[in-house]
Amino acid sequence: MKRFIGFIRKEFYHILRDRRSLFILFGMPIVQVMLFGFAITNEINNVDIAVLDHSKDATTKEIINKISSSKYFSVKQFINNEATIEKAFEKGEIKAVLNFEPDFSKKLVAEKQATVQILTDATDPNTANTISNYTSAILQKYQQDLNTDVRIQYQIAPQTRMAYNPELKSVFMFVPGVMTIILMLVSAMMTSISITREKEMGTMEILLVSPLKPFQVIIGKVVPYVFLSVINAIIIILLSIFVFKMPVQGSLFLLGVESILFIINALSLGILISTVSATQQTAMMVSLMGLMLPVILLSGFIFPISSMPLPLQAISNIIPAKWFIIVLKGIMLKGVGLAYLWKESLILVGMTLFFIAVSVKKYKIRLE
Amino acid sequence: MNTIRYIIQKEFKQIFRNKAMLPIIFAMPMIQLIILANAATFEVKNIKFSYVDHDKTSFARELVDKFNASTYFDVVSNFSSAKAAKLAMQAGKVDVILEIPPYFERNLLKDKKANLSVTINAIDGAAAGVENVYINQIVQQFNQNAKIKLMLADGGVAKAQKITTIPSFWYNETLNYKTFMVPGILVLLVTMITLFLSGMNIVREKEIGTLEQINVTPIKKYQFIIGKLFPFLILGLVLLTVGLVIAKLLFQIPIVGSITLMYGYTIVYILVILGIGLFISNFTDTQQQAMFIAWFFMVIFILMSGLFTPVESMPKWAQILTEFNPIKYFVQVMRMVMLKGAGLQDIYPQIFKTLVYALVMNGLAAWSYKKVT
Repeated sequence: MKRFIGFIRKEFYHILRDRRSLFILFGMPIVQVMLFGFAITNEINNVDIAVLDHSKDATTKEIINKISSSKYFSVKQFINNEATIEKAFEKGEIKAVLNFEPDFSKKLVAEKQATVQILTDATDPNTANTISNYTSAILQKYQQDLNTDVRIQYQIAPQTRMAYNPELKSVFMFVPGVMTIILMLVSAMMTSISITREKEMGTMEILLVSPLKPFQVIIGKVVPYVFLSVINAIIIILLSIFVFKMPVQGSLFLLGVESILFIINALSLGILISTVSATQQTAMMVSLMGLMLPVILLSGFIFPISSMPLPLQAISNIIPAKWFIIVLKGIMLKGVGLAYLWKESLILVGMTLFFIAVSVKKYKIRLE
Repeated sequence: MNTIRYIIQKEFKQIFRNKAMLPIIFAMPMIQLIILANAATFEVKNIKFSYVDHDKTSFARELVDKFNASTYFDVVSNFSSAKAAKLAMQAGKVDVILEIPPYFERNLLKDKKANLSVTINAIDGAAAGVENVYINQIVQQFNQNAKIKLMLADGGVAKAQKITTIPSFWYNETLNYKTFMVPGILVLLVTMITLFLSGMNIVREKEIGTLEQINVTPIKKYQFIIGKLFPFLILGLVLLTVGLVIAKLLFQIPIVGSITLMYGYTIVYILVILGIGLFISNFTDTQQQAMFIAWFFMVIFILMSGLFTPVESMPKWAQILTEFNPIKYFVQVMRMVMLKGAGLQDIYPQIFKTLVYALVMNGLAAWSYKKVT
């Protein structure tokens, strides 16, 4: 036991000695959480649009005013003919063009019907679709105001309540995701690098012939990183509570336990990576290239999993980050406890055991 | 000249010798492109819809049927009480709860006004906004139909003025997300491979001790830097080519613009990334440090590139920060040239900025590489 503690102390020295890595280790997550918490949003605000007004009458002017006064749009250009639209789209100056037909208000009065065309640059389908929805909504509203003199009758009024996130803040969506990415990548990368480094330097052989048992070597390598990652997790949780005003509806204790569980999960994935790779380079490329995009894209961090094709929904199940994000959102935003999250927690435990079992099996204790 | 050739030869040999790395460099990015391009969609569909019907009249049933018929909603279940529905939402089983109050039909007929209450799981705020729009559309439509029916029964309808909107989606009529995402993900993969490999490269020689050996040879600084850069430039272009072939053949993404322009820009762009990589490499002592820094910038570059979330929606200061993000320019150029067929004069600002960036970064890299230890 004393030997083991000595070994852990050596590992701590290794880490603490490397000031630069340590600085990156703690500085980075803070910078990233702050940056992303404030900057990333998938709301649509201030989209630049252009207007092609063939009738230029009182009604169209009023509609244009309504549109430019909404926070979603800012009218950047007034254009005179269809030919200029394509050029403007190609340059990427504007995202949409509102095209009012000639004699708009005359038609609206005489024929009770007039048409607006909404041309959008759909290379970004999400923005295009949202623009189209928002403009339609604004026009709907305008149309209702026009018709107030017609008797309002038979009105069904839906009253909508946005549960768990009444102000529709993107932060609530992104902070759990950023936290997951940081914990996953930092933990997996750090362990895999620190073990393969010993291999590459040749010092692993020395450790193997020492009286320490192989599993003690591995645990000794991991323990310091558990500490560091827990500190990281605490910092991120504090930031999300105090800076981003994320509520923690559920139990803070459970949040802590689940975070530690996820950290251990990521660390054991790191051990697994290190047992299958011979050099630091390979270990890093596997943990960076192999984990970064799948964790960002398949975890439900940015893109809703329920909208993905079925095979991908199936694949997303093997991404530990997916389950941790569900747990985080459950505890922080919904305020549910283990009664609701036992399944996700068990899956994380199961994955951890699996990673450890495979690593033990693959771990070579003999010299080559 | 010969010296550079030998360094390049050495670098290529080192890349191809490491058998464990080859699949990571070549196969993994392409597999990720093929799989992940399918994942990146903001479309909101398969919304798990449930309802609580306190009214149980034919009117209420008709309204629920409307939701049933919509392709966006999957009607999951019908709960007997609002409380049960709320518990299901907590467990993540439903996204939307429609509560039809008692006397819904009676109120509509008598008071000509009736309420509905809708609860949406809004943790994903953007999706919740879209769901709200869909719900309102369905309710409006139902309302319209009901109005006409009831007013006809009342006798006489005053015709209302109506503004019709016709949306038209350019360059991507079907709102296909893959068209949008494949060029972007390809950009990321090319960037990641070249940045990580170049970032690790010199620092690895430092760590192993072979850099000192090179330092005592007559190799000149510029020869060394060029020799180090060139193989990764080729690597990046090969990846781009394979990626474009996959995009064209597998995803049937239209490539409207000029291929030469795309390659020309990519060469300048990869020089930026390699410059950053070498700069990091020169400033760190271990591969671990180098990778941490590379990873830090990579995550920031990716998430602030406008690839997944629009740059225009970011706060002003963040938009200014994105000016320093090379991935942003590459994503813009790829989308503009590939999908819209933009020409040289359209992407002139991006090319200019990238070129300046490349000069600065490689200047810094050359400056920070010292032949003495």
